[in-house]
Amino acid sequence: MALEPGELVGLLGPNGAGKSTLVKTVCGLVRASGGQVDVFGAAAGSREARRAIGYLAETFRYPSWCTGTELLRLHQQLAGSDGGEHERSRLLDLVGLPEASTLRVDAMSKGMQQRLGLAQARVGHPRLLLLDEPTSALDPVGRRLVRDVLTQLRDDGVTVLLNSHLLSEVELVCDRVVIIRAGEVVTQGSPHDLARPRGVQIETSSGTRVIDGAGRDDVPALVRRLVADGEQVYAVTPLTSTLEDVYLEAVAGDTS
Amino acid sequence: MSDYVRPVAVLVAWAIRESLRRRVFVIVTLLTVAFVVLYSIGCSAAFRQVNDFVGPDNVDGREFAGATLNGLAMFAIMFLGSVLAAFLTLSTVRGDAENGLLQPLVVRPVGRAQVLFARWLAAALVCTGYVVIVYTTVLIVLRATGGWSPDRVVGPGLLLALAVSVLAALCILGSIGLTATANGIATFMVLGGGLFAGLLGQVGHGIQNRGLEQAAHIVSWALPFEALYQAALSLTTADQVGLTRFLVQLGPLGGGDPGGAWLVPYVVGYLFVVATVAMAATARRDL
Repeated sequence: MALEPGELVGLLGPNGAGKSTLVKTVCGLVRASGGQVDVFGAAAGSREARRAIGYLAETFRYPSWCTGTELLRLHQQLAGSDGGEHERSRLLDLVGLPEASTLRVDAMSKGMQQRLGLAQARVGHPRLLLLDEPTSALDPVGRRLVRDVLTQLRDDGVTVLLNSHLLSEVELVCDRVVIIRAGEVVTQGSPHDLARPRGVQIETSSGTRVIDGAGRDDVPALVRRLVADGEQVYAVTPLTSTLEDVYLEAVAGDTS
Repeated sequence: MSDYVRPVAVLVAWAIRESLRRRVFVIVTLLTVAFVVLYSIGCSAAFRQVNDFVGPDNVDGREFAGATLNGLAMFAIMFLGSVLAAFLTLSTVRGDAENGLLQPLVVRPVGRAQVLFARWLAAALVCTGYVVIVYTTVLIVLRATGGWSPDRVVGPGLLLALAVSVLAALCILGSIGLTATANGIATFMVLGGGLFAGLLGQVGHGIQNRGLEQAAHIVSWALPFEALYQAALSLTTADQVGLTRFLVQLGPLGGGDPGGAWLVPYVVGYLFVVATVAMAATARRDL
């Protein structure tokens, strides 16, 4: 499995598939039991590799006593970032938390803390962003905001590995989806490529039916034949499998 | 500043700020204020009564009372300082990793060894500051209420501060494998074990039981915060002689084993070994 620079990759898999372990291995938090992980040519876990990484953990907590500004300043100092106040306010604006600069962490909702975590992960402009369930505590508006942030990051050339259970979210923003099961990649590709034709749904004067096996290219011929047979055609919809269908097929119902 | 020192300095400053803002610091401060108030009242009463003390001619009642009251204060400082050290460090590795506090720092990139060293240094600095302030306050109280001062002033305070720093190091070592709660319990059991061994050693000295003394001696070097505490106590009464010295040493709060010239170098080596083991264990741990 390889991530191209500037690519936004969604990592999917059932519980226990190894998604978080993979992310932690890339970060150097977990030692690989086998294989090799490189980050921009440096061994995972090395100082050079970690310097290139921004990370938002699935289970995270920030000290309850500090404010958003204090937390970001700490990470700026540790990362050696000289962005100062400008970088902090820009990051808080990016995640929609301008008020968090003076707000203590214990006064923030879980969703606010998660967005603060996203801002923290971006401190120092890392080239690779590893996000482990970054929207698990967010409401729909917050999720939309994170999607916009991810899109912007991709436009800025940042490589993002997004580990999420939310298939719709992954389908909406990711360039490529990797589905793993028991530590193995079982399928991968762009959401568009993974979606396969599932037939054509046609609504006519005699009712709605699905022509299995037909695809988008078959639609003109189908419509011509139905009209020739004297039917009124009201709507034609080529059907494709959703990412959910692809996922369920790939993991074969594994929910462990 | 080098790439190694800068993150350590940043984390030390962060940990000190955290120490001062955490509730445990408020609790320890309140307990300390309560202790100092009650201690002042107690000292005042004790020194008033010692004026009426009638005993053997060669026993200095004021000296005996001062040494014992000072020993009591040093025990309290040792205990409160240990509470502070334990609560500042008990979740350093496993607890913080389970709470997700540690991982963002390690990825930043800060080495695990740097995190450990910074957390210990911060705890040691906070505890040293605490010990020095309370110890100085106690000396002022003893001077003001009874006109008494220990035979050595600076050394005992520094040894106490070092003792609390040793306990902080042991607590950080425990935090690698134990949950915060389990580590807190273990740390206080170790503290209790060390202090209890010291008391048994004094009992052994009083009844001339060499075996008991030897056992206490071994424990106090295996857990050198106890040896440092004993040495600190010993320095406070270093110049006492005769029956007064004998009586002071009989009590649990007045006398101690001097430790000797090798104690501090031994403790430095001990801290180095603890640090090496802690860093090796943390490096192998999955976070």
